[in-house]
Amino acid sequence: MIELQQIEKRFSTRTTGDAVRALDGIDLTINAGEIFGIIGRSGAGKSTLLRVINMLERPTAGRVLVDGVDMARLNATDLRAARRHIGMIFQHFNLLSSRTVFANVALPLQLAGTPRAQIGARVAALLDLVGLTALRDRYPAELSGGQKQRVGIARALASGPKVLLCDEATSALDPETTRAILRLLADINAKLGLTIVLITHEMPVIREICHRVAVIEAGRIIEQGTVFDIFTRSESPITRSFIDQVMGRALPEHLQRLLRDQPQDGDQTVLRITFTGNTATDPVISMLSRTLGVDLNILHGQIDYIRDEPFGILVVATRADPSQRTAIEQFLTRNQLGLEVLGYVAANPVIAV
Amino acid sequence: MSPQILSLLFDSLLQTLWMVAVSGVLGTVIGTPIGLLLATTGRGELLQCWTFNRIGGVIINATRSTPFIILVVAIIPFTRLITGTSIGTNAAIVPLTVAAAPFIARIVEAAIRAVEPGLIEAAQAMGATPLQIIGRVLLPEALPAIVLGLTLAAVSLVGYSAMVGAVGGGGLGDLGIRYGYQRFLPDVMAAVVIVLILLVQLIQSLGEAIARRVNKRQITR
Repeated sequence: MIELQQIEKRFSTRTTGDAVRALDGIDLTINAGEIFGIIGRSGAGKSTLLRVINMLERPTAGRVLVDGVDMARLNATDLRAARRHIGMIFQHFNLLSSRTVFANVALPLQLAGTPRAQIGARVAALLDLVGLTALRDRYPAELSGGQKQRVGIARALASGPKVLLCDEATSALDPETTRAILRLLADINAKLGLTIVLITHEMPVIREICHRVAVIEAGRIIEQGTVFDIFTRSESPITRSFIDQVMGRALPEHLQRLLRDQPQDGDQTVLRITFTGNTATDPVISMLSRTLGVDLNILHGQIDYIRDEPFGILVVATRADPSQRTAIEQFLTRNQLGLEVLGYVAANPVIAV
Repeated sequence: MSPQILSLLFDSLLQTLWMVAVSGVLGTVIGTPIGLLLATTGRGELLQCWTFNRIGGVIINATRSTPFIILVVAIIPFTRLITGTSIGTNAAIVPLTVAAAPFIARIVEAAIRAVEPGLIEAAQAMGATPLQIIGRVLLPEALPAIVLGLTLAAVSLVGYSAMVGAVGGGGLGDLGIRYGYQRFLPDVMAAVVIVLILLVQLIQSLGEAIARRVNKRQITR
């Protein structure tokens, strides 16, 4: 549905004339009907990337194809027509304060010259879809953040777009409202088959509704794949730092302090075991201690679900000697689990705290 | 105060109202589009046109930096060209308009520039033309600020109109100078000042009331 080929965007700074590369050779294919997330830190270029899709930012080089149309080659009139097929919602909603909820949603239709009678019916249906029928005559100043974003979504859908661009759409909302808005977006995606592209700096947003995700850093895509793969298999430190927002993969502070790199006499080895997919439901720990006869002391753990697939980590301490450790490793590999040695702790770390 | 003076005061009030109203309306009609263009022709803006932006800005600054009383005298040939005479109330409307239009243009420019840029971006993303953005987004969103600015302009015009006595324009200011000051009638002077205060007060309250009505950012139900 959307194809970005070798996109580059340079901004020249006025004082020195030096070009800042905001986007540096982006290749991305977004399929019809999927929810595609782009995650990155502020300044990574995600906002520019999103705006390149509807030409709010013109790329310095590269091609943007939306539904087979080369966006950069359209003249002003055709570009305006093409933009009507691409809805957009914003972090700060960008509603007109002078218009009621109804009139805000009606705006894109008025701009397109839709007859008044049709506007009324269409807006009523959209307000019903986002659950705002009762507030149709209110002004944005009277609405909560979540309600404003619902108006934004209804407005973006008014012209019947095939693509919806979401610019940090939930970043100004509290966690509960964020979930409600994300559910609404997932709902719309399922009901209308709309392709959704969203940018965010929040991994929970990606986990909640995205099918695929790309990680952007310094204007480049450093990783992309299904959300599950990125969550469970990514090795990039930047991606990991985002994943840590959701998964307590990092050790609790007090455990971290007790860890040492080199073992001392009588120390236990601290291992991190990663479960993914169907192995997450196997009784691995009891199997492990039964077959190998090792004792495992569970220090920390978490199981989470990414689009209904379980994913978990377990941090354990064991007295196992090197030969037993090799056996543990083989056992885990056989069962498709990840293993990582984190370090060593004194015999009884819990008491040592 | 004698009945003659009272009727003079009333006539002068009418002259002031007439001059302020006509030059205010004409100034708005001329100034608003200029202000709109100034706010949208800058670098990277909707109707980017650097030449207009620069030249327009310089002309407006020149007009605005000329002291009003000098402007009145300086444009007498122009006033005569338009009204056929250079003296009287109607002739005074010409310099008042010439002073009001650039003032209002700047007010409209500032109000338009204060509109959240995100709204322009949203409208562009919807496929709006520059004219649609101006008409459907910028003007309605800037309206409360424009109304308050026009109120400010009207009050300034009341002050300016006191000076057009110099070209026989009449009005309250002229009455105050000729009777209150030159004939030394303090009660006339006091009456003129009180009427002016009431007039300005009325304009200000009216403007604020209208601005409140059109401002949907603060809603009280």
